[in-house]
Amino acid sequence: MAGVAVSTTINGDHVEYLCQPDETLLDVLRDRLGLTGAKEGCGTGDCGACSIILDNRLVCSCLVLGAEAEGRIVETVEGMAHGEKLHTLQQKFLEHAALQCGICTPGFLIAAKDLLAKNPDPSEEEIRFGLAGNLCRCTGYDKIVRAVQDAANVMKGA
Amino acid sequence: MNFDPRFSGRKFASVGTRPIRPDGIDKVTGRARYGADFNMAGQLVGRILRSPHAHAKILKIDTSKAEKLAGVKAVITAADLPDLTDGDAAMYDVLDNCMARSKALYDGHAVAAVAAVDASTARQALKLIQVAYELLPHVTDVDEAMKHTAPLINDTIFTEGLEEKPVKPSNVTKRSQFGHGDVHQGFGHADFIVERSFKTEQTHQGYIEPHACVANVSSDGTADLWVCTQGHFVYRQHCAQLLGLEASKLRVTSSEIGGGFGGKTHVWAEPVALALSRKAGRPVKLVMTRDEVFRASGPTSATSIDVKIGARKDGTITAAEATLRYSSGPYAGTWAEIGAMTAFACYKLDNVKTVGYEVLVNRPKTAAYRAPSAPMAAFAVESAVDELAKELGMDPVEFRIKNAAQEGTRSSYGPVYGPIGIGPTLEAAKTHPHMKAPLGKNQGRGMACGFWFNFGGQTCTDLNIGMDGSVSLAVGTVDVGGSRASLSLVAAEELGIAYEQVKAVVADTSSLGYNDMTDGSRGTFSSSMATISAARNAIKILRDRAAQMWDIPVDDVVWENGHAIAKGEKYGNLAALSLKEIAAASGKTGGPIAGHSELVADGAGVSFATHICDIEVDPETGAARVIRYTVIQDAGKAVHPTYVEGQYQGGAAQGIGWALNEEYIYGKDGRLQNAGFLDYRIPVCSDLPMIDTQILEIPNPNHPYGVRGVGETSIVPPLAAIANAMSNAAGVRMTHIPMSPPRVLAAIEAEREGRA
Repeated sequence: MAGVAVSTTINGDHVEYLCQPDETLLDVLRDRLGLTGAKEGCGTGDCGACSIILDNRLVCSCLVLGAEAEGRIVETVEGMAHGEKLHTLQQKFLEHAALQCGICTPGFLIAAKDLLAKNPDPSEEEIRFGLAGNLCRCTGYDKIVRAVQDAANVMKGA
Repeated sequence: MNFDPRFSGRKFASVGTRPIRPDGIDKVTGRARYGADFNMAGQLVGRILRSPHAHAKILKIDTSKAEKLAGVKAVITAADLPDLTDGDAAMYDVLDNCMARSKALYDGHAVAAVAAVDASTARQALKLIQVAYELLPHVTDVDEAMKHTAPLINDTIFTEGLEEKPVKPSNVTKRSQFGHGDVHQGFGHADFIVERSFKTEQTHQGYIEPHACVANVSSDGTADLWVCTQGHFVYRQHCAQLLGLEASKLRVTSSEIGGGFGGKTHVWAEPVALALSRKAGRPVKLVMTRDEVFRASGPTSATSIDVKIGARKDGTITAAEATLRYSSGPYAGTWAEIGAMTAFACYKLDNVKTVGYEVLVNRPKTAAYRAPSAPMAAFAVESAVDELAKELGMDPVEFRIKNAAQEGTRSSYGPVYGPIGIGPTLEAAKTHPHMKAPLGKNQGRGMACGFWFNFGGQTCTDLNIGMDGSVSLAVGTVDVGGSRASLSLVAAEELGIAYEQVKAVVADTSSLGYNDMTDGSRGTFSSSMATISAARNAIKILRDRAAQMWDIPVDDVVWENGHAIAKGEKYGNLAALSLKEIAAASGKTGGPIAGHSELVADGAGVSFATHICDIEVDPETGAARVIRYTVIQDAGKAVHPTYVEGQYQGGAAQGIGWALNEEYIYGKDGRLQNAGFLDYRIPVCSDLPMIDTQILEIPNPNHPYGVRGVGETSIVPPLAAIANAMSNAAGVRMTHIPMSPPRVLAAIEAEREGRA
């Protein structure tokens, strides 16, 4: 099959690539662009490990075609830190040990970033429902929720 | 090596603190490399063709069309993985599970594989492989499989462990028995007896990272394997044996691992990837889909358990007995045996007997899942213990305290206990504020106890001191949840330096001696013992170098707080030498400074926990929700308390999922009906409350710092704690796990009808 030429913006950079019409954006990010921060846990939109932000909307990149990124703005975990300076959420995930194996962490960080952008002062319940599309099998979510609460408090004060 | 592993009761400077893990930044920035994040130049994509049938003879596999498809570089079947197991029955089963030889034994069993230039070509090639099957009758239920009329999965199986070899083959591979005393006599002394039967459904570890590897076999007989695994040295051994490679010529590198919980202790697709690479002459990347993970990796056993416990009016248990039947998939296992060992381990019993039966079924091969086999046995026993307390009119905590095992108790599985934590965790539960918190309508509280052995095993560690005084620690136990942080703390503690001065890495199989897997909660226990030993060996050298620098006898040099100190008034003019100063001079005093350790970490201290749980049940739907949860567990010594809490919380959450929702559902056709995270639903964030933890520290006398394993015990009590809470919340005794809404509703309705 002939490839589809795509021109898009990823983490603020202009990016162009060729992809197959049936290729997911997750596969493009991981296999063509070397952005392996987004993970494939299921390929069916059930685990959230491949979460990215597409035009300010939280999506599972395994459910988006690479061709659909044309002209849009893509944010992945690789774009969260600025140089050596971690995003507050990244820092709080480390401080609270909100990760054990860490495979779900990029997805959680992106989902939490999206949540706090839309609701800067979420209750515990709002955090729990806001992150319910992301599976973590290691932590029981306790420390993830606490990290997000702490980050929200810091970001509110900033 | 004259290493003394005994507990010494020292004061800690680093151990017990909570620094940020060394692999943390890579994991929050997306830089950490997991199984599927590695690539090699020229790599092919591997894919596996799997049986859609639960039980079938493989009559013929025609791969010719697939081989002719443009872009296909190799197609393999069992013929490409010849039997090199040399009479090793367990390894033969591993081989057969990796690639079916004469029969497909479960839905998802691998029958062929391809390597192609890209994923879509590989998928297309699988469709061109023609397999002729002759369908055979199948059995997927553990009780059905034990019946004389059940289809035979392997007609060479004659039950082991019976007094006489049976005349006929069956699906029961082994009978095992544990206990002491005379249960018949013990039940004779009982005033109350509770007897119940229980079932638990099969669950999966549910790690978010599917199995993934990149294999590269060269024509000179050397090979590399990059893989997510809990034990790269074990993977090397197994892969080398199955492929006919020399172990030292196969280098296995463990990637970051995205969860394992026991499921990444077995090779599944790795030998297939190696065989594909060997045939294609190119690197092959093989990543399982989620569907494949559910159908064809290793879930835990489904079980059927009978329990009988008797007690006197004063609350003393007089006898306890259990029969445990565990499915092991289509291959022999020792799962019921482990269940039989753990079942009554929390209690001091004069008369106890447990019997385990290992049962073959047409389901994927059972693998370890966090304290494997113990949660199901604890579900049955701890449910019956609660029922018995009720009959006696005793508080369930008091009843357990009265019968709890102690130091000196002969355990139900044989050994005599040293200092243990079951009593202390129960006492802590008794006084915990959670126990006194008020409950609302349709809410109930339950509690339960759990036990796990903890493993030790073969461990090898290198500690190298750089010329700048920084320390690199190379360990061979895979870091599944923060062990590089805990082991760096241990190295810092022993050397008397800052945590930040140590960098721990997991070394590949060519860089370090053999290590057993990270399983049995052994990672921090074993590797910290080896790290302490390696550090002490390095300190010997550091003292020797300082003695040289000062030109005094080494016996006059002691090591304190990261410095060599010349002992005695005569050396009053010699300023202490720091590790950094000694390292800087090492080129002139004898070369690099390193400490090595090779040991078998014996004496893993057993682990106990008590959990308290509140649930709310909707009587209209049967849906239950955990509203408060507390874990109390003995850690021996919590090296990094935050990650210890994390283990407690994570195990509890998995247990909650198992108790309420998770199960493998098979159709009458023997096919798995819910092979995905949508239909096999693990707990999400909005399903759970915060999970409170209380760490007790009863030192393990067989570890210098008193460390016990902490990873697994936390999954043992939740099934029973929630069942006991359910009994108090909804008035129904649930004997079938998971307590999913339809089962709970049916029980509530049956109870209502019974009362009407």
